[in-house]
Amino acid sequence: MTVSSHIVTRLRAVTRGSGALACAVVVVALIELTSIASSTRSDAKVTFGFAGGGAFPFDLALPARLTIVALAVMSLVAAALLLTPVAGHHFVRHLVGLVVGAALAASVLCWASADGSTDVVGLLQSTVANAEPLILGALGGVLCERAGIINVAIEGQLLCGAFAAALVGSVTTIWLGLAAAAGAGVIVAALLAVFAIRYAVNQVVLGVVLNILALGVTNFLYDRIMANNQDGFNSASVFPALPVPVLSKIPILGPVLFDGNVILYLTIVAVVLVQLLLFRTRWGLRARSTGEHPLAAETVGVNVRHVRWQAVLLGGVVAGVGGAYLTIGSVGSFVANISAGKGFIALAAVIVGRWTPFGAVGAALIFGFAYAFQSLISILGAPVPSEVLLMVPYALTLAVAAGFVGRASPPLASGQPYVRS
Amino acid sequence: MTTDAQPEGRQRVQACNERLTHKPPPGRPGRLRGSSSVVTSLAAIGLAFLCGSVLVAVSNAAALAAWGRLPAGLPNALWLSVRAAASAYYALIQGAIVDPSAITAHSETVREAVTPISTTLAYATPLAFGGLAVAVAFRAGLINIGVQGQMVLGAIAAGWVSFGPARGLPIGIHLIVAIVGGCLAGALWGAIAGFLKAVSGAHEVITTLMLDYIAVFALQYVLTTAAFQRPGHTDPLSRVVPSSARLPHLASSLPVESGLFVALLAAVATGWLLRRSTIGFALRAVGSNAAAARTAGIRVGRSYIIAMLIAGALGGLVGVDQLLGQQHSLTPGFDGGIGFTAITVALVGRANVPGVLAAALLFGALQAGGDQMQVATQTPYDLVTIIQALIVLFVVAPALIAALLRTGNARTPGTTLQIETTL
Repeated sequence: MTVSSHIVTRLRAVTRGSGALACAVVVVALIELTSIASSTRSDAKVTFGFAGGGAFPFDLALPARLTIVALAVMSLVAAALLLTPVAGHHFVRHLVGLVVGAALAASVLCWASADGSTDVVGLLQSTVANAEPLILGALGGVLCERAGIINVAIEGQLLCGAFAAALVGSVTTIWLGLAAAAGAGVIVAALLAVFAIRYAVNQVVLGVVLNILALGVTNFLYDRIMANNQDGFNSASVFPALPVPVLSKIPILGPVLFDGNVILYLTIVAVVLVQLLLFRTRWGLRARSTGEHPLAAETVGVNVRHVRWQAVLLGGVVAGVGGAYLTIGSVGSFVANISAGKGFIALAAVIVGRWTPFGAVGAALIFGFAYAFQSLISILGAPVPSEVLLMVPYALTLAVAAGFVGRASPPLASGQPYVRS
Repeated sequence: MTTDAQPEGRQRVQACNERLTHKPPPGRPGRLRGSSSVVTSLAAIGLAFLCGSVLVAVSNAAALAAWGRLPAGLPNALWLSVRAAASAYYALIQGAIVDPSAITAHSETVREAVTPISTTLAYATPLAFGGLAVAVAFRAGLINIGVQGQMVLGAIAAGWVSFGPARGLPIGIHLIVAIVGGCLAGALWGAIAGFLKAVSGAHEVITTLMLDYIAVFALQYVLTTAAFQRPGHTDPLSRVVPSSARLPHLASSLPVESGLFVALLAAVATGWLLRRSTIGFALRAVGSNAAAARTAGIRVGRSYIIAMLIAGALGGLVGVDQLLGQQHSLTPGFDGGIGFTAITVALVGRANVPGVLAAALLFGALQAGGDQMQVATQTPYDLVTIIQALIVLFVVAPALIAALLRTGNARTPGTTLQIETTL
């Protein structure tokens, strides 16, 4: 075997699978170049604002059409990168995906807000706000799935958490409302655990049914308790914003990450804690072992049922707090089906993030951005129908699940009930 | 020849089988466990209604006030609670099966007496299609959460045929073309999930769920286009299905329409397909053990695609029935949650055709009765949703029923509807 043929074989092995991705990127770049750039006036200017109410006034005024062309060229360079050996690294592929996605979003913004200005910090704030329930829901999901229990009931946990927070928050204090949300998440988690662990029911089926049950119960109680007495039982206040003294003054990052309310900080803490818990503690190792190979775990003395129960209930706490965001974290009052599918998107974030806490956060942020971007574009006057933009997070999940963005494998024993013989 | 080794081996197999089937120890008859799934199902339904009645009693204002004055008011509180639950369920029966007062007071009109049953059948028809759509996929080892998307796509296609290019077709042919169009669209939408599963192993729960959302947004989008939006309207409301493409009602002013017969036909066809055809055999083989089926030479990926094609076609028929038979125009909330109720129907019906039909009838009756219950006793309709979910929960965990009824070994895991699932 000659050296050159060896290199060719290695190149092929390394770039296998990224060829399709590169083609997709080229197509996206060409769309940007032709349709978007040609329909933007050549003398239009676009302003990106980075002030965001912080102490760092900084606006970026750019010629719109030139910016779009530059972004498209950037995408093409990224596509070329995919055809080189470095494409073998996951990191590179993710980076290319992010760059191309950001370039596409920025060009659409250039087009939509030609001769206007876009508040970039506002967009990022809205991204984080939209992502909060998704992140917490996804962390709850990661905790369960790492211990081998599939949690399709995140939607129900968010919904029940939101309801309990609004109800208890109205009757007592907002802090008790937060605790009630966690409690409601735990109740749904306990139902999941009883049926999945004790009665070995198919976990996907179970999750679907629990979601229907949660929807029915919250609708029923809303009708009976809240609907006729909104002032008494559905008037919780919202957690006020608590800017962190020094950190909130950091340009861009400050207003986005350190100028939110208590649930934002809880989210940040939860991300770190779940990561540490799963990967740096004895309990985490045990939990992951029950998710990969429960028999082996049992053999070395881990009580599989107990550990799984603990993981599922802890996941319920996290997801329940995520539900609290939907009411006392953002708007205060509850309406029927307030979660509106966010739990399913959180479930998708678990999978897109490959069952890791940080991965799930990244995916949740991408979905959060898609929501934020969609609402911004529909305000600016949509070049694309808003219904099509609303499809983006779902289509993205579909693409990831189908492996177009890389394969992912779940914990080995996830979904399999463990019956001690 | 290993004749002398056989008895020992057979004994071991027998012991193994006994352990697997958890035969009750001699002398203690397993009253519930062995006695069939029908008893478990009935117990599940009874328990669900019991839980529902507690909710009604707890949320009844008068009963709640009586419970507040507890030590003295206990009999009164109990009486008020029982009365609240009883009146709600009486209204449910009135709306679902027969209204006794209609028979005694206005016996001259047959129509009023059969209206509740007819409403039940009208609600049961789409649930039967949807339940079959979930059941077919289930038998092939797939969890089809995509009935919502399939019915929406089916309805979009049927609508497009009925008030689009084919609007001039003669009366019978127009209807058939619309039905076939909706059926095909649903089948293709369903097949996407099967194809992705076959090609890349993408889990169908995720793909069908995402396809649901995409379909709903697609519906919202087409309702803004000139081809669909009703002329003179700016709100998302479609044109009206012309009478030549409507499923005729069985009798004027009764809610049930001829979609019922299409559903029965589909049930017979599905039953034949699953039990008697080669395709059905392959699907069931893949569903019970995909690896073994592959070893036996069955093309597993192709079976997934076929299963989702059939499931999607049935799902599309849900939309066809709703559009051409009931609603006659499309709105953003057109699906009405039927897609998710269909999953519960398939589970309660244990994914077989007669079971699904019975479950569709039961859940149709619950929905028809739920309307009446809401009107007559101001009990929120969502009680029906709760009861439906509880029925499924109890049905999928027979061991729980057994434990609650204090028979058998409570730790025996439920064995119905176990299929291999990883996400």
